[in-house]
Amino acid sequence: MDHRMQRTAHRVEGRSAAPGIALGPLLRLVTAKLAVPHSRSAAGERQGLADALEASRLDLVDLAGKVEDEDAEAILSFQIALLEDENLTAPAFALIADGEVAGKAWVAAIDPEIASYEQADDAYFRARAGDLRDLRDRVLRRLAGEADQTVPPGVIVAAEDMPPSVFLATDWREGGLVVRRGSPSSHVAILARSRGVPMVVGVDIDRLENGADAVLDADAGALIIDPDPKLRADYGRRRAEQSQAREVAATFSGPALTASGEPVQLMINVTGLAELRDIDPSKVDGIGLMRTEFLFQGRQKLPGEEEQYQIYRQMAEWAAGRPVTIRTLDAGGDKPIAGLTMPGDLNPFLGVRGVRLSLKRLDVFRLQLRALARAGVGGNLKVMIPMVTVPEELDRCRVLFQDAIDELRGEGHEAAMPPLGMMVEVPAAALAVEDFNADFYSIGSNDLIQYVMAASRDEPQLADLAHPSRAVFNLIGHVVAHARKSGREASLCGDLAGDPQQVASLLDQGLRSFSVAPGALGPVRAAIARYSGKAV
Amino acid sequence: MRHEVGLHARPSVKLTKLAKAFESKIDLGLSPDGPWIDAKSIVKVMATKAPKDSTIYFCAEGTDAKAALDALVMLVDGDFQDGP
Repeated sequence: MDHRMQRTAHRVEGRSAAPGIALGPLLRLVTAKLAVPHSRSAAGERQGLADALEASRLDLVDLAGKVEDEDAEAILSFQIALLEDENLTAPAFALIADGEVAGKAWVAAIDPEIASYEQADDAYFRARAGDLRDLRDRVLRRLAGEADQTVPPGVIVAAEDMPPSVFLATDWREGGLVVRRGSPSSHVAILARSRGVPMVVGVDIDRLENGADAVLDADAGALIIDPDPKLRADYGRRRAEQSQAREVAATFSGPALTASGEPVQLMINVTGLAELRDIDPSKVDGIGLMRTEFLFQGRQKLPGEEEQYQIYRQMAEWAAGRPVTIRTLDAGGDKPIAGLTMPGDLNPFLGVRGVRLSLKRLDVFRLQLRALARAGVGGNLKVMIPMVTVPEELDRCRVLFQDAIDELRGEGHEAAMPPLGMMVEVPAAALAVEDFNADFYSIGSNDLIQYVMAASRDEPQLADLAHPSRAVFNLIGHVVAHARKSGREASLCGDLAGDPQQVASLLDQGLRSFSVAPGALGPVRAAIARYSGKAV
Repeated sequence: MRHEVGLHARPSVKLTKLAKAFESKIDLGLSPDGPWIDAKSIVKVMATKAPKDSTIYFCAEGTDAKAALDALVMLVDGDFQDGP
């Protein structure tokens, strides 16, 4: 019997940097050592460094020719540009002229640069320190006459830090990565996410044994050493499901279709322009939910009309005619905003939030409506109101919207009334959806579930209750049926829509429009494609 | 400049590559009074750690200075996109 079977599984926690599951033996990577082959003349050392720099540059150029994604290309071209910059290399050659050996001179030249990035205020620039360390080690390896470290496929790599260029040179099929250093915003984390490589950062790698059997649960941010057979089998199944979903997603292009060929609208949820940069608008059916509260959070001054207008307008431009659904400020509940939400709300989820707050803070709401009315002129904008509970709230919003438009036109601005819809997330609204004068419906499943189940989604002990039940699906079916009957659109934009396991149940309810986090597009598309009609 | 993220790796590489295409000495600063740094050096340009929405100033000296400035301003104005 394998002696490992008798060991007990233990878990090492970290932070997830890229989701996914990997199973396999652990492989500890060692960082390049400062090998110092000695007793060369200054001229010999100079030539040695020059050769190592050029060899490293050629490695990187070669690697850059093989990668296909923009993120990878950006990192490699940054490293190539660094090698070509005399400001980086000249101090090393100066030290060699003073009698230093090549390796030490190179480290002395690049280490201050690394340190300056490590001390940067901005997380992006701090993360660049990893790119420079990678470059330092690559040149050191070349100086020591080593070629690239190779990683066999199917292992879970454990390392102090993963250099981007090593990451890019590795075949990650079925593999995973844990590192002690690095953050979810490091280049490698970005690459890992875009390539579907499970990755966890902040892991204490000291006690990890080379070759130990392990499961990497990068969805939960944990590494499990010596898993028991049952745990291993469970994770194996999950991994198989995930890789199948990824395959379908990778080969998928064009509209989302069920197995019987019925089209399903698939849109994305976003919080700002930054996320749109990497998304091709032709691959999605529009923006189903733009959460404007993120424009308001964490700042000294609330955003003005012009700032909001520019953002909404650019979103509509990005979408190029596809619908862009903007939700008016949904502050309160779990999203407090300084200077706006009511402090000391005893039960914030049942308190002054969403449209309830907007109708009390008309100064803020009017500015947002004006920005939306202006952005509605050129683009295919839709506006939805959160937390609507009774029809009068929506009616009041419509009057305020019309007032804002009249005001703008009076000032000589162009303004237009976009379709005005409502979030359906309060059970009272879902049950009596016929009574509301809404141009469209968007079901907010997160709040709907917690209000229907009377279970907070933030209470881990109630996780089983804060889950979609038949009661929730019935309500969703009711809203969708009413929308269909009355010729309106109904979509669902909560986490439920982005859960591939729930897609079939939602399609069973007649729902044909989903709005999901960009990362869920592939898995949800795949789940839609598997759907062959309501099970009898 | 109106760039969403600031002088990150990708835009900095583009900027230095473009600057190197010209003969002139080209400097870059984050204020009209300097300090000025060599716009052809990736080490120096990245070291400015220019945040988004910051203003970049260029200063060129040489035979093709005018063309260099026009090209650099176009790159920054176009948010570092590829080509026209």
